[in-house]
Amino acid sequence: MEGDDETSGPMIDDEIYANGVGGDDEKRSRPIISSEQLDVEAYASLYSGRTKIMRLIFIANKSKSNHAMELEALRMAYDEIKKGENTQLFRDVVQMIGGRLGPDYAMDLAWCEMVDRRADQKKEKLENELNAYRTNLIKESIRMGYNDFGDFYYAHGQLGDAFKNYVRTRDYCTTAKHIVHMCMSSILVSIEMSQFAHVSSYVSKAEQSPEALDPVTVAKLRCAAGLAHLEAKKYKLAARKFLETGHELGNHYNEVIAPQDVATYGGLCALASFDRMELKNKVIDNLNFRNFLELVPEVRELINDFYSSHYASCLDYLGNLKANLLLDIHLHDHLETLYGQIRHKALIQYTHPFVSVDLHMMASAFKTDVSGLEKELEALITDNQVQARIDSHNKILYARHADQRNATFQRVLQTGDEFDRDVKSMLLRVNLIKHEYNLKGSRKP
Amino acid sequence: MDALQALVANIQGLSSAGDISHLHVVLKQAPDSLYAESTRLLPVLDQLDPSKHSLGYLYILEACSSGSISKEQGSALVLPIATFINSCDTEQIRLAPDKFLSVCKRFKDQVTVLEEPLRGVAPMLTAIRKIQTSSEHLTSLHPEFLLLCLLSKCYKAGLSILGDDIFEVDQPRDLFLYCYYGGMICIGQKRFQKALELLHNVVTAPMTVINAIAVEAYKKYILASLIHHGQFSTSLPKYTSSVAQRNLKNFCQPYIELANSYSTGKIEELETCVQKYKEKFENDNNLGLVKQVISSMYKRNIQRLTQTYLTLSLQDIANSVQLNSAKEAEMHVLQMIQDGEIFATINQKDGMVRFLEDPEQYKTCQMIEHIDSSIQRIMALSRKLTAMDENISSDALFLGKVGRERQRFDFDDFDTVPQKFNI
Repeated sequence: MEGDDETSGPMIDDEIYANGVGGDDEKRSRPIISSEQLDVEAYASLYSGRTKIMRLIFIANKSKSNHAMELEALRMAYDEIKKGENTQLFRDVVQMIGGRLGPDYAMDLAWCEMVDRRADQKKEKLENELNAYRTNLIKESIRMGYNDFGDFYYAHGQLGDAFKNYVRTRDYCTTAKHIVHMCMSSILVSIEMSQFAHVSSYVSKAEQSPEALDPVTVAKLRCAAGLAHLEAKKYKLAARKFLETGHELGNHYNEVIAPQDVATYGGLCALASFDRMELKNKVIDNLNFRNFLELVPEVRELINDFYSSHYASCLDYLGNLKANLLLDIHLHDHLETLYGQIRHKALIQYTHPFVSVDLHMMASAFKTDVSGLEKELEALITDNQVQARIDSHNKILYARHADQRNATFQRVLQTGDEFDRDVKSMLLRVNLIKHEYNLKGSRKP
Repeated sequence: MDALQALVANIQGLSSAGDISHLHVVLKQAPDSLYAESTRLLPVLDQLDPSKHSLGYLYILEACSSGSISKEQGSALVLPIATFINSCDTEQIRLAPDKFLSVCKRFKDQVTVLEEPLRGVAPMLTAIRKIQTSSEHLTSLHPEFLLLCLLSKCYKAGLSILGDDIFEVDQPRDLFLYCYYGGMICIGQKRFQKALELLHNVVTAPMTVINAIAVEAYKKYILASLIHHGQFSTSLPKYTSSVAQRNLKNFCQPYIELANSYSTGKIEELETCVQKYKEKFENDNNLGLVKQVISSMYKRNIQRLTQTYLTLSLQDIANSVQLNSAKEAEMHVLQMIQDGEIFATINQKDGMVRFLEDPEQYKTCQMIEHIDSSIQRIMALSRKLTAMDENISSDALFLGKVGRERQRFDFDDFDTVPQKFNI
């Protein structure tokens, strides 16, 4: 925070014209980061476990046009899989590489066979153990048995079976801690399976735990809930959850999400869905969330720019981030919607305080041309999001203030007419029914 | 002196003596064979004065016109009937309304056969005014009259009775036809609001079986609603009879599709839809209305622009509502300004249109008067409603029905003991 809340004071005189066009020089001179290509290695290092592999594969799929990046991602995925036991995924990745990375990254059948054999042995062992536990009816051991099975299936990529086994442990949980553990495992698998309905239900189950949860778990649950809301397109709720995420999260949850992601997801969702007041209170003045924002300075800057109405630079940041965010496994689907909403918000906020706005100036503030801007504004006015009318001749936008008195008169007269009409047709229908009934009555006896 | 001459003498004698009710009995008792000799009856009419001997005249006229008659005979009848309607005595004819209605219907049939519907318009209007007990009463002559108006394109004459509020109905079929023809007349006069009201009455009227009038009315209702409101909601109000709710849409599929394509706001989609069902619309005689729907879409789009813009060049208007040229756009805007649909000025020098706000400030005396009259009207209406409510809640049949239903309900309530225990 660099005193952005004070910007309104001293800057107001000279800033009205330059609103968002120039910004202050200090900001302009700062190089905009991360416009360059995504550093796959640095990105991958943020994650661990299965999500790392999945994210790498996702990047490879999305960047087909960029062979260097695709191969880099696949190479790292290959290396990562080799450390684990998921032979199915291994086969898939090898097929995707298709020998483009030389003999080092070819099909390793021996490894596969070895892993598969070991897996079969382990499965047999686990089954025997579980059966033994079950005959002895020792709850804790049965729980452990199922849990081991869950872990085993997860490691081998059989997510459905893993989920089933984790859920099965529930009947054998004896303490609140066990329940939370079960929930966390289920959440992890559900996220991998993209079953976000499960995620939210297990999050709420874990939060109902009678014992106080440790801060790291709480933070993890917030992230998971945020992701679930994001996938359900409830951006406002998602933003709230991410903003509530405690900084204790650190790197503890990098099998799902990196703290950088919390900042990006939370920041973008908040921009798209919060009003100015909420943005200030819950994002900019949020000490806790600031820790996350420090990790992704671009997002911090763009939020501050948005709040202090430097739309051009804000949109610049957004534009630069876009390419990389499109490679994000969770955000890519929602990026267009979020960007659209942020842009609309910016347009609305820009026009709000003025009685009249010069479209040329506004267009340059938003780095677009006048006719494009006119179209955007037209859509917003039609949606009744901006109360204004466009003077297309002089290229000026005039705010429009609804005349309450006239509107009331109009409504009253209209309501009267409607009432008149409705009552008349009702009376007519009543008479028809009465007539019909009388007819029936006279016919019957 | 045969029976017919005796009858004529009776008519003359009793009518001048003022003993109309006795005459009515005599006329009713006269043997049917007397009325069967239609060829001899017509000359007899000359001996009677339609204004004084209205009842007798009516009986004989009815006898002449009933049964099958040739075209020449018919045309000979048209004139005496028209004179009779114009000069007959209201009180006398009300004694035999059935006869009067049937004479008028024959009259309408004759002018239609002669293809001179215009000749029927004025006498029919007089006939309606003479036979109806109050202006709220719908007679079976109403639809016949409106049909004549439609055939002769005398829409203005039709409007004069459409202005009355109808509450009392003898035959539901009359109401259906009255509202349907009335709707068509109002559409012809571009009074879409009133037309919608009438057509709405047809569509939502209580009915136990679906009828062709309602289906045709629903088609026109969809089109008129698109022209007037620019939208159409396919859901009917909940007081609509269930038959109508279930079936109407199935009969009017092309129209529903037209309404859907209208709601997209894109002129091409509307036009493809119209092309697709052109034949269907033509067969229904609705193609003209469909064309009006298309042109109303241009209007709707221009109207939307007034919400968004203060000034806009004609070329931009043409582009955004997909008209071919600025000239065409100018014509549309001009027409709309004339019709009071938008408030705008055109600056021909630089081809700009300046949209203005509605100048109505609700401050004028006329407006106050208008509001006052609306209040009075609604107060009267609400009084009527209360009266109707009281009337129904003290209606013997209604109370009987309600009572019966409650009794049955109670009976069911107590009848929970299985039968075999009773024995």
